[in-house]
Amino acid sequence: MTTTKSKIVYTPEFTDGSEYRIPTLKLLKQDGTLYKGGKAPDISKEKALRIYRTMVTTRILDERMLAAQRQGRLSFYMQCTGEEASVIGSAAALDDADMIMAQYREQGALAYRGFSIDEFMNQLFGNEKDYGKGRQMPVHYGSSKLHYMTISSPLATQIPQATGYAYGQKMAGSKQCTMVYFGEGAASEGDFHAGMNMAAVHRVPAIFFCRNNGYAISTPANEQFAADGIAPRGFGYKMDTIRVDGNDILAVYQATEEARKLAVEENRPVLVEAMTYRLAAHSSSDDPSGYRSKEEEAVWQAKDPILRMYNWLLKKKWWSAGEEKELQENMRREVLETMKRAQKLPPPPLESLVTDVYDEVPPLLNEQFEKLKAHIRKYPDEYPKSAIHVQGGA
Amino acid sequence: MAKMNMLQAINDALDLAMAANEKVMCFGEDVGVFGGVFRATSNLQQKYGKDRCFNTPLVEQGIIGFANGLAAQGSFPVAEIQFADYIFPAFDQIVNESAKFRYRSGNLFNVGNMTIRTPYGGGIAGGLYHSQSPEAYFAHTPGLKIVVPRNPHQAKGLLLASINDPNPTIFFEPKRLYRASVGEVPEGEYQLPLGEAEVLKEGSDVTVLGWGAQMEVIDKAVEMAEKEGFSCEVIDLRTILPWDVETVAESVLKTGRLVITHEAPLTGGFAGEIAATIQERCFLYLESPIARVTGMDTPFPLVLEKEHFPNHLKVYEAIRESVEF
Repeated sequence: MTTTKSKIVYTPEFTDGSEYRIPTLKLLKQDGTLYKGGKAPDISKEKALRIYRTMVTTRILDERMLAAQRQGRLSFYMQCTGEEASVIGSAAALDDADMIMAQYREQGALAYRGFSIDEFMNQLFGNEKDYGKGRQMPVHYGSSKLHYMTISSPLATQIPQATGYAYGQKMAGSKQCTMVYFGEGAASEGDFHAGMNMAAVHRVPAIFFCRNNGYAISTPANEQFAADGIAPRGFGYKMDTIRVDGNDILAVYQATEEARKLAVEENRPVLVEAMTYRLAAHSSSDDPSGYRSKEEEAVWQAKDPILRMYNWLLKKKWWSAGEEKELQENMRREVLETMKRAQKLPPPPLESLVTDVYDEVPPLLNEQFEKLKAHIRKYPDEYPKSAIHVQGGA
Repeated sequence: MAKMNMLQAINDALDLAMAANEKVMCFGEDVGVFGGVFRATSNLQQKYGKDRCFNTPLVEQGIIGFANGLAAQGSFPVAEIQFADYIFPAFDQIVNESAKFRYRSGNLFNVGNMTIRTPYGGGIAGGLYHSQSPEAYFAHTPGLKIVVPRNPHQAKGLLLASINDPNPTIFFEPKRLYRASVGEVPEGEYQLPLGEAEVLKEGSDVTVLGWGAQMEVIDKAVEMAEKEGFSCEVIDLRTILPWDVETVAESVLKTGRLVITHEAPLTGGFAGEIAATIQERCFLYLESPIARVTGMDTPFPLVLEKEHFPNHLKVYEAIRESVEF
């Protein structure tokens, strides 16, 4: 049974949809003033400062940890630099109990929820206090108490999962939604289509938030898709869709706040496309000078989302240069001190190698573990991280 | 007790699971009002509503991705993949996501409530794409449980156990037996243990091991072999992952011989894994090489299906050769 209500024509007519261009919501200019006709969303001073402090924290954490990676203290790192307004502005428009399923560059959302610098460091260094028990590469954070699903490296797998999670929220009558983040590159994966289509068909309270930051590692957006961004795909699924200036904290916040209403109150999933720019490299293993120009980067540096919010806060007299200096100094110190502390903590116990594969360690795996322990006892000097755990015994 | 075929037993298990726990949801392609192409979910939508038993779009990676998210949220998804041959678009969601969810999060999150049901195996003139037995691909993935029932009684008890087990489980249903296998099934809820093989018949000359639809093949072969005076011990492995090494090894220590049979191709099949482990455990007790009777290393054929198939004659020959080695 087809459900199309299309008009009938008698000569072939093709369309590629370009007669309809999706607009971009902008509210805040770089100098901190509002665009004519734009109205700032209702954000309290307290909330605005929580957002701003999180943006600055994320920027400083990223700077320091990339430096730590360069010094060889850390194996790997990924920065959110340039995308802080997209990530933190959207997280701030959620309820703190809404589920977040991120891709990997959304540490700002987790910081906004209250993940401490200690908690970040424990994961980055994979020490005994890492919730993930040292099993995943740096930046694969997760927190059940903060409703932030542990990051998984495969791209876009979180998208249909978000649809399922949100379906469960709807069935439970929880009045919560699921926020799922992904990049414009990940949107090429089959899982994007699967998750979007199922969300629209099954009417789930989910927000699909695309960080269109221009690059998937080195591949520019114009080699990723032929269409005008990701937003037009929302139409194909009959999903409410909006595009925003991703460096505009007020626009991101407002769009997400409205999207959440549609999702939670009407079970209408929403696609949000935030137009932004990955100012940093893809990861510590990447070097953007091989595929883009300094001039291009400079254009986007001039649109820095943090500076834009700073200018707005100054105009509102909610913030000052003195407070800025103090925040930056305190954060730098806290990051450094915490890093030193986290680095000194021991690695997770040897047992964590075999737990959590299943709810209980199966017999065959247990045998493998016993064999390993006997081997380590024989060559303790070769296994400095775990020899201490196997001393004594036969 | 009631006489049921395997489909009725599966349907009964789903019905009981949905009645007992409102968080159990059944979904997949055509599972809604139609009840699935094999009718395993018949009447569930009518009974429990469209929210708990529903059709999904035709996208296997979406079905399993959805199930992963739903399980992480705390619901009990029972996702159907219409044929095991079509499970591969969901391979990433199963292997990289379901299987690793608990481990990678340090047990902050898990998808243990999830069960994937999928019909597998040949013997229905299904050709390349309605006949495969892909259990070995998944057996290479720590974190999953893989279960295969041999008859209606087993199907009901093992499916209920799979739904309630706190680990993601793939439940392979031998579709050749859906209607062909009929037997007494207890009424009401009962669970059979996962991770435990079952010795169906004791014997002293040779251990014959299989799972799922091959157990019927083994029965026929063993009947022939016993007429020749060979005493066979028959074991249904039931759970492929994690598998019950102890029961199999104990049997082979006694008989000194092992014949393993599965429908999937020889190379990389799960029989190879069993053979490797058992020769390690039972090396000095073995009287003959461990034999594998399996599908051939070809795609699953159509017209020459019978030739390809590890039928009772091939299993019988392997038993004879093993004992007379």
